[in-house]
Amino acid sequence: MQKFGRFLLYLSLIAVAAVTLAPLGWMVSASVMPTGQSAAFPPPFFPKELTFEHYLRLFTGIRLARYLLNSALLSVSVTAISLAINSMAGFAFAKYRFRGRDQLFKMLVASMIIPSQVTMLPLFLMLNKMGLINTYMGVIIPGMAGIFGIFLIRQFAMSIPDSLIEAARMDGASDFRIYWSLILPLCKPILITLAIFTFMGTWNDFLWPLIVMTDDSMYTLPVAIANLSLEHVQDTELMMAGAVMTVAPVLILFAAVQKYYISGITAGSLKE
Amino acid sequence: MQRISGRTFVKACVDWRGVLPAVAVLLAVSVPSCGPRDAGSVVTFWAFGVEGEHVAKLMPEFERRNPGITVRVQVIPWNAAHEKLLTAFAGRSLPDVWQLGNTWIPEFTILNAIEDLGPWISRSRTLRASGYFPGIWDTNVMDTVLFGIPWYVDTRVLFYRSDLLAGVGYVNPPRSWDEWFDVCARLKQAHPEQYGIFHSTNNEWAPPVIMGLQEHSPLLKDQDTRGDFSGPEFVRATRAFDRFFKNNWAPVKTTQIVNVFQAFAEGYFAMYITGPWNIGEFSRRLPDSLRGRWMTAPLPGPDGAIGLSTAGGSSLVMFRHSKHKEEVWKLIEFLSEPAQQLEFYRLTGNLPARVDAWRDSSLAANRYAAAFFTQLNHVVATPKVPEWEQIAQKAREYIELITMDQYTVEEGLAALDREVDIILEKRRWLVRGE
Amino acid sequence: MANRHAALFFLAPALLAIGAFFVLPVLAALVLSFTDFDIYSLGNFDYARFVGLKNYMQLLADPLFWKALKNTFYFLLVGGPLSIAVSLGAALMLQPKFVRFKQFFRTAYFAPVVTTLVAVAVVWRFVYHPRFGILNYLLSLVGLGGIDWLGDPHWAMPAIILMAVWKNFGYNMIIFIAGLQGIPGELYEAAAIDGAGRLQQFRSVTLPMLAPTTVFISIITMIGYFQLFAEPYVMTQGGPRNSTLSIVYLMYQQGFRWWNMGYSAALAFILFAFILAGSVLQSRMQKRWGI
Repeated sequence: MQKFGRFLLYLSLIAVAAVTLAPLGWMVSASVMPTGQSAAFPPPFFPKELTFEHYLRLFTGIRLARYLLNSALLSVSVTAISLAINSMAGFAFAKYRFRGRDQLFKMLVASMIIPSQVTMLPLFLMLNKMGLINTYMGVIIPGMAGIFGIFLIRQFAMSIPDSLIEAARMDGASDFRIYWSLILPLCKPILITLAIFTFMGTWNDFLWPLIVMTDDSMYTLPVAIANLSLEHVQDTELMMAGAVMTVAPVLILFAAVQKYYISGITAGSLKE
Repeated sequence: MQRISGRTFVKACVDWRGVLPAVAVLLAVSVPSCGPRDAGSVVTFWAFGVEGEHVAKLMPEFERRNPGITVRVQVIPWNAAHEKLLTAFAGRSLPDVWQLGNTWIPEFTILNAIEDLGPWISRSRTLRASGYFPGIWDTNVMDTVLFGIPWYVDTRVLFYRSDLLAGVGYVNPPRSWDEWFDVCARLKQAHPEQYGIFHSTNNEWAPPVIMGLQEHSPLLKDQDTRGDFSGPEFVRATRAFDRFFKNNWAPVKTTQIVNVFQAFAEGYFAMYITGPWNIGEFSRRLPDSLRGRWMTAPLPGPDGAIGLSTAGGSSLVMFRHSKHKEEVWKLIEFLSEPAQQLEFYRLTGNLPARVDAWRDSSLAANRYAAAFFTQLNHVVATPKVPEWEQIAQKAREYIELITMDQYTVEEGLAALDREVDIILEKRRWLVRGE
Repeated sequence: MANRHAALFFLAPALLAIGAFFVLPVLAALVLSFTDFDIYSLGNFDYARFVGLKNYMQLLADPLFWKALKNTFYFLLVGGPLSIAVSLGAALMLQPKFVRFKQFFRTAYFAPVVTTLVAVAVVWRFVYHPRFGILNYLLSLVGLGGIDWLGDPHWAMPAIILMAVWKNFGYNMIIFIAGLQGIPGELYEAAAIDGAGRLQQFRSVTLPMLAPTTVFISIITMIGYFQLFAEPYVMTQGGPRNSTLSIVYLMYQQGFRWWNMGYSAALAFILFAFILAGSVLQSRMQKRWGI
């Protein structure tokens, strides 16, 4: 009886995995089908012939390489900058005592509730006045203010023993040196996690780049794909190829570093 | 703890704390992406949808005739065009020249974004108002000022299955509303499972509004600051429009028809009010057996004369603050040449705005285009207010609900007017100080 | 360490960024919501008036607002619990010690979470195709007729809910797994000794011990689901017949399509008010149940 239960469990596990992966699998499969083959009844799951013409068209006719570059550039910049300033702030909240520290931190955490859409219009008008619409900085700048990052780093940094810091101080290290040579290396795991979160979040971000980038040479991948999908409603296979190009980098990245990513989620959700 | 493979993360290999900020600064400094610095001027041109894709093919000829000018075409899907243009205006990144649906011209004149083309046209040797359909030209004029040059024209006519209509005694298409209702009734009797006509009330505002225009409803009143949809003319028109649904001559569940071409070919409906792009689409997508069994005709009017239709289409407009106005005008003149208009028609199926282009054999002999030519001489503009697009969508929503029996005609139109009045509130304050 | 200057130095960049690009816009949005800033104002600043609460009153009288609210709540109240139940189910399935290849299954279930929403929305649009989509094909295999998922006002929102659950359940699953691992084994043993069967153990040990995790997950899921936008934008454009019009979509429409910016800002704050109320409600419930 127990064996049957186990068999059922495995069956369910596999069934759920099939449901989870099927759309992604179909996406890849359709992207290498010749034009028109995917629009058939019954829907073909495997291509009868393989072709890479859609990928070719993406890179030549539709200049996908440009969008890929934009996404990559923006994701890396936002990650780099926000890591820098959030680690400094997280360190300050964890290891420095100053008046109003805890209240300020609580307010910051509470403000995470405010949905980002509230800020979009005024931010747009503000960046417009600064002449930053349709520039990389227009996406980078709002990405710098990341309360979640400060939260994560502060939690982690609190576990660094004060004695280590005291010892460094007695050796004559300046505050910045302590931050640079002691805190940052010790925070490596959480920094990596945060970097992955930020990179993926920026890569997948859709609404803000949609609003800010008016020139198509500045589009990021998600915006380009949405555009493509509204434009080429009939070209299923081309759409799928575009979707693959958007999803593949983050999936590969995730597969490589999933331990960090997943530990980050649990770290962020544990009650203090 | 697992080691990361030295993949994308340079941090793992090199002294990552130094690389991070360096990368950040480097990227932050390479601020707006600069296009190639060409010798000569670069004119940016935004075009939408299918037009955008094909107009790029005309550019090499223009650039050949005008060495020193490069045209950069950007294609934007129609769904996103409206917001893209407004966002670009707010972001001060409008192109030098762009395609503008003529019902959107009022908005951009309010924004002071487009150039007064009067001086340009008076200096032009090739362009004149008389070269265009009067109803179409009028849509480009706001308070006697000319803001756009018509590029291609669009209007709605009746597409119909000539064989099905002949089968119930209509060798000629219906010419009046009475005949129109009559042919629908006959079709229903002959084919109870099918429909006489298809009105796509879930995404087209034109058919019911057109009937309103045919009844000479002004659509808006009080200097276009209040809705007049509850006025007697529009009520009459909506009642007539609703007859199609109440008598089951048109399907109420419009989303059932997933593929219009297939449904038309199968005779699921025999008539359809649509635009010129479907001449090409129908020819391409209908099976060969349908050849010669469908036709176009001007719209039937309430009392037997040709009914009015919408003066649609796109114009070419020039950005008021463009740094390449001379070049833009050259481009506009180029695209307005009858030869270029014809070439564009061949590529896209969009009908030329230049009347001269129609004399060419490819159009003059086109049986389907003939109906459009006639109709274009009977078109009228919708109210020239910036809020029109929003109002039209609301009208469509309420009329759709009327056809679904969610409102009576009077209730629905009264509710529509209430909403339209709210939409127009700002305009009312500006124009009449109320 | 009491070195105030150092603290300031470390805090400054982040606080400046947050102050300038978050706090300031939020306040500006609040001010904007009390004006009638629109396309006329965009052309000429003099055409913006201070109108007090008028935008809010107008929103409350706008049938489209209520439709959007209804749709968003439909999405939230059906999709939320469904998503959480599926996550919990998946976590439970991966719990028993004898299960092998846990890593593979976890990765497979989590994969949709990291994919770009827009890209998968495009894929799902085809999955839902009335004639050529996988879903209707599978339905036909069991004898059910095809549904026009994205074209039928009754089925469009369920279609979006299904896709959202598919995309998100992996995220909550991970948190549930961590929560489950935190339950001491002795509790189960004690319950078994008292004669409790597996189902009883689940009800008396697992569920109560998971309560804090569940509450946390409910709150973050609720906050996320209130902000439904990308799926309707790519798949249905708010239709058919506004059946998938969400609050954020309406906000986008009003703000960036029709340029009624004051109106749109008011809508944003109403959204915020709902999210705030929802979070407070949930933590109240949490306190009441003594978690």
